[in-house]
Amino acid sequence: MSALPLNLDRLLEVQQFVYREARLQDEHDYDGWEALWADDATYWVPANGDAIDPTREMSIIFDNRSRIATRVKQLKTGKRHAQAPPSRTRRVVSNVELLADDGEELLVGANFAVYESRERGLTVWAGRSTYRLRPTGDGLLMAYKKVELVDNDRAIYTLAFLI
Amino acid sequence: MSTVDATIGWDRLIEHDRVHGSLYTDPAVYEAELERIWYRTWVFVGHVSEVPEPNDYVVKSIGPQPVIMSRDKQGEIHLLLNRCTHRANLVCDAARGNSSAFRCPYHGWTFSNTGRLLGYPFNSGYDGREAKRELGLGRVPRVEIYRGFVFGSFADDGPTLLEHLGDAREALDRLVALSPSGELDLSAGWLQHKVKANWKMLVENETDGYHPQFVHSSIFSVAKSGIGDLYGEESTALSRDLGNGHTENDLRPEFRRIDQPLGWFGTTPDRVPGYVAQLEAANGAEKARELMIDGSPHVMLFPNLFIAEIQLFVIQPLAVDETVQHVTAVQYKGSPDMNRRMLQQTIGSVGPAGFLLADDSEMYERNQRGVHARSPEWVVLKRGTHRERLDENGHVVGDATDEVPQRAIWKHYRSLMEAGS
Ligand code: FES
Ligand SMILES: [Fe+2]
Repeated sequence: MSALPLNLDRLLEVQQFVYREARLQDEHDYDGWEALWADDATYWVPANGDAIDPTREMSIIFDNRSRIATRVKQLKTGKRHAQAPPSRTRRVVSNVELLADDGEELLVGANFAVYESRERGLTVWAGRSTYRLRPTGDGLLMAYKKVELVDNDRAIYTLAFLI
Repeated sequence: MSTVDATIGWDRLIEHDRVHGSLYTDPAVYEAELERIWYRTWVFVGHVSEVPEPNDYVVKSIGPQPVIMSRDKQGEIHLLLNRCTHRANLVCDAARGNSSAFRCPYHGWTFSNTGRLLGYPFNSGYDGREAKRELGLGRVPRVEIYRGFVFGSFADDGPTLLEHLGDAREALDRLVALSPSGELDLSAGWLQHKVKANWKMLVENETDGYHPQFVHSSIFSVAKSGIGDLYGEESTALSRDLGNGHTENDLRPEFRRIDQPLGWFGTTPDRVPGYVAQLEAANGAEKARELMIDGSPHVMLFPNLFIAEIQLFVIQPLAVDETVQHVTAVQYKGSPDMNRRMLQQTIGSVGPAGFLLADDSEMYERNQRGVHARSPEWVVLKRGTHRERLDENGHVVGDATDEVPQRAIWKHYRSLMEAGS
């Protein structure tokens, strides 16, 4: 993919968005995180490779907007045992790159490493996220987020915090 | 005889209504289980639809041991061990593929997908045919298929698969009967969910009707699920010992009482008209209605295949305190409208981020940590002992929330462990 003409304001806005999402996730600000999503959003964490067909194959997460809401509601009950108590997490997001801009949505890529601490021990999660961000009057909204874990074709521990 | 047999008998560790905590934590027990259960009894390996074409293969497992499930060009299924017969390199790297042969990368020995040694480079270094005949890949000596489900046993002889399944084979019949084509398609791929817990924690939980209202209350409350009530005090559902360690939560009494076709799946016939028409065409309207009322089984086939209505789970022990739970969606071959719903519901429910299974897994791991405490030494499985009864087929049944299944699992476990000592 060739580089876009550099629009520094746009890039900064995108970076700030991605960093904010990371912070809201790490701090378990479930409502704040949910507010980042557009009404027609898709949240996808594939399994067994990055290029599968989620309508025919198993994914780790394949949420439409209403399932994102259910996920958040479940976490907020306080009885989501896999997150009660919540994992302590901190993540580093890097390589934020504006990949395309079709006038309606921005295609953004970023890499991440998450350190998750639970009673079980410290688990490291790493991968790449691809976003489609939609500029609106209220700033950017996530229309699509795909999380490609580097180990999505292997056995992994419970992933109940927000990735 | 292992150290476990020498120090304390299995009868001392496993009583009718309680079991000793060390059974989940002692590495010597785990080693003994590998020999006496995982490498002896019938273990589910895979489904024929995972290797649909000639020369397809997929890497599966029996316990911690990887096993290549291949279909040869005649269509026959083989279970081969991934170990070069020369100096033990792995002959197969890919998780799946299509190939008539496997070539070892170390010195280039080549094996057919039936396990036969086809050849080796620099021929003159060996004395010809003899070596070739003797040095085929290791194989799981007994392979049997029931309703497309491929089982393997490392024991050269012993009960047949049908003897092992006994009356629990009906669970596979019931599962397949819900497919209008009479076939399942289990090719959606498996999630692999790892937990720091002993494998028996998982087996016992699969047909534990006591936990859903507590462990899953968070999702039941926000998703308005009716599942919780099936496992309540008032439920007419039954827990059942199907023999040979196979156990069941039989929800049919509740579904028949509610009398709502496809209620078992939380939907109604008008939402999946294509599927309903197919099922009626295949079975007639009356029989199709019965099938849609009774729904899909909830049965744990000892030691590793859990049929959970619309999902299949496979339990794989890796160490005394480490287990992988593989899970995929049940798909009825040729029923796209129903399949879409079953797949999406499965993705939401199971695996590392699933609304249900993430919480079950948290319980396995908490149990595993808890059982290390020195006192009390026992795990109590008394629930419902006073109200056990026999059903019309002579199986022990209890109320929905009773620990009939857990007692059944341990009874069979003990017989296998004692038989090996
Ligand atoms: S180890 Fe396989 S060819 Fe030598
Ligand atoms: Fe459960």
